Amino acid sequence: METLSFIFRKLVEDRVALIGALIILLLILTAIFAPILSTHPEDVLEFHPSERLQGPGFAHFFGTDRMGSDIYSRILYGARITITIAVIAIAASVLIGVPIGLLAGYYHSWLSDALMRVSDIFLAVPQVVLAIAIAQTLGPSIENVILALSVTYWPFWARLVYAETRSVQNEVFIEASVALGASPARVMILHILPNILSSIIVRTTIGMGGTILTAAVLGFLGLGAPAPSPEWGRMISESREFLPEAWWYATAPGIAIFLVVMGFNLLGDGLRDILDPRIRRSSRHDK
Amino acid sequence: MPPGFTDTPVKLLVLILNRLFWFVPTVLGLIVITFVISHIIPADPVAFVAGDNATAEQIEALRRQLGLDQPMHIQLWRYIVAVLQGDFGVSLYTLRPISEDLSSRLPATLELTFVAVFVSALFGIPLGVISALERNSMLDHVLRIITVSGLAIASFWLAILFQLLFAMELGWTPLQGRVAGWGPDVVTGFFLIDSILMGDPETFWDVLSHMILPVMTLAFPALATIVRFTRAGVLEAINSNYVMYEEAMGMPRRVIVWKYVLRNALIGTVTQIGLIFGILIAGAVVVEAVFDWPGLGYYAVQSILQSDYNAIMGFTVVSGVIFIVVNLTVDVVHGFIDPRESR
Amino acid sequence: MTNDLLRVRDLKVSFATDGGVAKVLDNVNLTIGRGQIVGLVGESGCGKTTLARSILGVLPKNSARLESGTIEFDGTDLLKVDPNILAANVRGRRISFIPQDPFSSFNPVFTIGAQIMDLMKWKSPELDDSDAARSGWLPRFHGSRRRKADYERVLKLLRLVQLPDPESVLKKFPHEVSGGQRQRLMIAMALLPEPKLIIADEPTTALDVTIQAQILKLLRKLATDHDISVLFTTHDLGTAWEICDSITVMYAGQEMEAASSEGFFKRPSHPYTNRLLKSLPSRDGGISGIPGDIPGLVNPPPGCRFHPRCEYATEVCQQTRPEVTPVGVGHAVRCYHPVAEEKRHALA
Repeated sequence: METLSFIFRKLVEDRVALIGALIILLLILTAIFAPILSTHPEDVLEFHPSERLQGPGFAHFFGTDRMGSDIYSRILYGARITITIAVIAIAASVLIGVPIGLLAGYYHSWLSDALMRVSDIFLAVPQVVLAIAIAQTLGPSIENVILALSVTYWPFWARLVYAETRSVQNEVFIEASVALGASPARVMILHILPNILSSIIVRTTIGMGGTILTAAVLGFLGLGAPAPSPEWGRMISESREFLPEAWWYATAPGIAIFLVVMGFNLLGDGLRDILDPRIRRSSRHDK
Repeated sequence: MPPGFTDTPVKLLVLILNRLFWFVPTVLGLIVITFVISHIIPADPVAFVAGDNATAEQIEALRRQLGLDQPMHIQLWRYIVAVLQGDFGVSLYTLRPISEDLSSRLPATLELTFVAVFVSALFGIPLGVISALERNSMLDHVLRIITVSGLAIASFWLAILFQLLFAMELGWTPLQGRVAGWGPDVVTGFFLIDSILMGDPETFWDVLSHMILPVMTLAFPALATIVRFTRAGVLEAINSNYVMYEEAMGMPRRVIVWKYVLRNALIGTVTQIGLIFGILIAGAVVVEAVFDWPGLGYYAVQSILQSDYNAIMGFTVVSGVIFIVVNLTVDVVHGFIDPRESR
Repeated sequence: MTNDLLRVRDLKVSFATDGGVAKVLDNVNLTIGRGQIVGLVGESGCGKTTLARSILGVLPKNSARLESGTIEFDGTDLLKVDPNILAANVRGRRISFIPQDPFSSFNPVFTIGAQIMDLMKWKSPELDDSDAARSGWLPRFHGSRRRKADYERVLKLLRLVQLPDPESVLKKFPHEVSGGQRQRLMIAMALLPEPKLIIADEPTTALDVTIQAQILKLLRKLATDHDISVLFTTHDLGTAWEICDSITVMYAGQEMEAASSEGFFKRPSHPYTNRLLKSLPSRDGGISGIPGDIPGLVNPPPGCRFHPRCEYATEVCQQTRPEVTPVGVGHAVRCYHPVAEEKRHALA
């Protein structure tokens, strides 16, 4: 609790990180209260061809799309998709990556090397490319995007936790608890994990931004949630044939993606400075 | 004469051999993963390719022709052997060899990527140095906003915005494509070089004008990364004891900054080139799609639309190998420029 | 006209810190005679490094502020000299520097030889002032003849600092040689420009005790042989005792006592100095510390900065700062109540 209030105090001091946190808060509120905040909640599924491609105005804050749906309302609902995809995919990556990294870091055996080699191979392909390959094979749906992102992103946490575990392993307090006969599980969960938690939190925050961008790329390529889902990447993709006349069509969802990713990056940077100034220096070595 | 003050330790050779040793299993692993991914398909690709009107016999024949009737491990083995020989099979859509498709498109992507790396380094390194030197100045703040945005902006959206502004509204640049007309005779496949070889300045400028928007789109996040790491590296170096020493000994400021500090800072930046290439290859997929740039990324997007699994596999393996080679090169270069690395 | 090489008078330097403005140097005086080795002794944080950096003109630009005073070097007030001239012709040429930490003071990515030869490009004694001050990447057409002469000079000095196999050391990177060798190299680099003054900022604290003695002896011998003055900062009275001709003691940003080594150790007059000497481990094994804490420099005690911890302090010590008072030949003390003969804690 002390740490939490410390982080909170520092966040309030660091204005940039605070902006990030506020943007994320806004995103979450938007997703929760989308039905209340939106002006045309029915437009997620309904079409109004007579009102198609209207510019921004009082009736439609961000204009309407090719189906005559209100872009503002669709973006609000899109926040739900974005959050769902990012949170589940990242949670899965953390749940896969952290235990693998802990085990491989704690035990020094051929299996640790093998596990790290496998994660290296995953890291050896650009994430977007791997995610495209997986999502393409599985077919377009939100579930498959989540699956593709989880499979693509877990090695980041495995690598990080592995390196951090190896480095705290030689600390006196870890050696002491091993010498006192604590079981490996106990050492890993009660002693190592709390000590590397801050790195994991920072990595996770920054990872959210990256994941959202990749998810948007999948949506843009038509590999995300199928139409008429109000997925932000898909909306931008749809807008292309109506440029340059319907400039608002692409603008609004792009800004939405930008703000959200920016929010996570700013918060991640801020958290990194607060929690672990060491990471910045060591990050150049942990390729 | 005094000797030149360098010597290349044997340890560097060990480093290179070590990286080369891991290159083979990494590439094999990449092929296996790609294969596994493309064979967890719920749908039957053959039935899809053969079309709705195909008879059961026709589907079966196509399946045999593509080798998809064999057990999984045999298919995997065949695939590995074939890929190692540069054979990615045939496109399920066009039935042309994928390796031909890929190799004819590779230069377009490489040209775009190289120019983007060049541009981002050309501007990113000096900007990073200046923003570190002028810390907390107006310029530093502006650059910080740009670098943070660079990593947060979706490249396909940026590409569309650039098109909207520079091509559609202002008409300063072509909207899409690589060249007007047929382009220069293919010698290297790099149109900039080919047009120079032809002695055709008109084509050269045309190719260049087509490159502006895609390069700007691609270079933006890469530039952000370079500025960010150069700035951090310069700041770290400039607060170091050796810079304090060099200042105390009255070495000229410009030599301290642009020789001593920059060399140290760039070591950190160079290690990020792997990361930057990752950004660029990933960016190329969508950027090429938006700009109709006839490279690997465009091909990949076409293959996605056509559900051409083989082609996607080929693209994944090739871009993975490019990425691995880049990282390997970066490691070796890093070993050369950072003497501490060759312990 | 005196024979002094360096005279620092009433130097006032303050630092902007999070807690406010810290008065790190408060009207400090320091005198260094020609060919003299002067020890600047004090606890960490007393301002000795700041004084050393002020003389070099390399105070941190953003936080430090030089309020007043003069730094007269060879008859010129360095504070009035154009900073560019200072960098080109004073630093590294007339005044050179030996850093505290030889491990991190070498640039890690250039060979030792490259760094030394680069130094010679701008700081070779063969250059005259106008050449050294020229802008551009090379101070002068850098012909192979001068380079060869410089290289010979470097080798000669490396032998002088007793560095084994100098040619091969030049080809190495800094992390490939030992700490003692690096400090020998630093000494050689400080001597290369043939300076009049070397500022050595705790040059041995980062080294093993066994190597410290060797380095000290070497520094002393070379300085004497070449008739170079040395300002030697240290927190260790024993070290100062070993190599210094005279000693200036600083406490919390003020100089407390200045004397010849002999006078200092025989007739320590300031209460603080006496406590310092008393706190050295004695033969009977007793150690006595100084009660109280070093005062903060943002709101230092008025009057004499030592008075809260001083056993002799009276009302006047709390109100007005004592002036420098001579108590013997070349022996001055800033105190209203210099310690009487019989109460002194003399070592020698």
